[in-house]
Amino acid sequence: MSAFAKDLEATIPALRRYARALTRDAEIADDLVQDTLVRALRSQHLFHGGDVRSWLYTILTNLNRNRLRSLARRPALSPLGDADAPQMAGPEAGGRDIERALAALVEDQRSALLLVVLEGLSYREVAEVQGVPIGTVMSRLARARAQIRSYLDGERPALRRVK
Amino acid sequence: MMDRESPVTEDELHAFVDGELPADRQAAVETWLAAHPEDAARVSTWRAQSESIKARYAGIALEPVPARLELARLRRLERRWTRAAAAAVIAAFLIGGLLGWFGREMVEGGSVLGKTLTTDAMDAHKLYVVEVRHPVEVPGAEAAHLVQWLSKRLGYDLRAPDLAAIGLKLVGGRLLPGPSGAAGFLMYEGPSGERFTLYSARWDAPETALRYRDAGQIAAFYWVDSNRAYVMSGPADRDRLRMIAQSAYDQLETRGPGKGSS
Repeated sequence: MSAFAKDLEATIPALRRYARALTRDAEIADDLVQDTLVRALRSQHLFHGGDVRSWLYTILTNLNRNRLRSLARRPALSPLGDADAPQMAGPEAGGRDIERALAALVEDQRSALLLVVLEGLSYREVAEVQGVPIGTVMSRLARARAQIRSYLDGERPALRRVK
Repeated sequence: MMDRESPVTEDELHAFVDGELPADRQAAVETWLAAHPEDAARVSTWRAQSESIKARYAGIALEPVPARLELARLRRLERRWTRAAAAAVIAAFLIGGLLGWFGREMVEGGSVLGKTLTTDAMDAHKLYVVEVRHPVEVPGAEAAHLVQWLSKRLGYDLRAPDLAAIGLKLVGGRLLPGPSGAAGFLMYEGPSGERFTLYSARWDAPETALRYRDAGQIAAFYWVDSNRAYVMSGPADRDRLRMIAQSAYDQLETRGPGKGSS
C-alpha cells in the first residue's frame, strides 16, 4: 500500500467522527466520508505532498457545504442545520443538549469549532481548510462559543413565569 | 519583556483554551483570569463545551470502520461508477435531444433569451454543481484539451475565462445539448467550494449587455455577443456574481486585441 493510501486509511476514523458531529446523522456522515475518500482517490495525482489529513478535512467540509446548498433548494427538508431554524424548546438531558446547540449554529461556525475542539486542528490548519484568514476562524470560534452558551442558558428562562 | 498589565484580548482567551497561546503570554493570561472572574467563568464554560462535544462524539472514531468505507472496495466502486456515468451521459443526450426537438418551435417562435436559454443554463447549473463524483467530463487540469474539444463541437472559439484573480479555479467542463446544437458548460469553484458555471451556445440575436435573472437560490447574468450567448450562474449574491460575469465578459469579448495567447 502506498504511503498516501496508508495516510488515507489512518484518517478514516477521525473523518467519521467529524462528519457525524457536523451532520448529526450516521448515514449522511458515512456518505460524506465515502464521497470524500472517493474524491481523494480520484484526485490523488493532484496532491503534492503536505498534510493528507488537512486535505481530507477540506474536501469533507466543502462536500458538506455543497450538500446543504442542495438541501436548501428543497425547503421541506432543510430545517436541520439551518441557522434560522427555530430552536426546539424542551429540556432534554445529556449529549442531546450539546447536539442541539451545535445544530443551531451556522455551518461555518460549527465546522470551525469542531475542527478545533474535536479534531484538534490548529487555528492555522482550520484557516486553510476553510479557505479564510485566521482572524475569520477566530471570530467564527468566538461566535460559536457565545451562541452555544446562550443556547444552553436560554432553554431554562423559556420555562419560567408564564403569567 | 513581561507586561503584566497589558490587557488580555478575547482572542487570547480562546487561544488559551485551545492550547494556541504563545508561551510568553501564558503567565499574563493566568494572572488576568485570577483577577477577572467573569472572564474566568467564560473560559471554564468554553472548556465545559469542549468536554461535552468530545464526550458526545469521540467514541465514533473508536468504532470499527464500516465495510463500505474500505479503500479497496471504494476503488472497485469507483471503476463501476465511471461506466455508469458514461451510460448516464448518453441517456442525458438522448433525452435532451428529444426535448430539444419537441421544444424547438417554442424556442424558434419567441427568441426570448431570458426565458429559454437561461433556464437551460440554470437547470444545468443546478444539476451539476451538487454533483460530487462527476461534476465535469473533462477536468480543469486539461483545460487546453477541454476548450479545443468544446470549440470544435460548438463551431466557434470558446475560451475558458481565467478567473483566478477573483479566487475561482476551473473545475472543468462538459458538453450539453443546447437550443440549436451543442452547448458548452464550464464550472468554476471558489475557495470555500462555492460553484459558478458558464454556459455558452450559439444564439442568433442582437448583442446585449449583461442582464440579470434571479431564480431564488441561484441567479445568473447573461449576455449575447457575436451570435453567441453566455450565461454565468451561481449562488444568488448579485454583486459577487456581477463581478465574476463582468470578468468573463471582458475576457470573452470578441473585439479588441486578442488577450488569449494560447
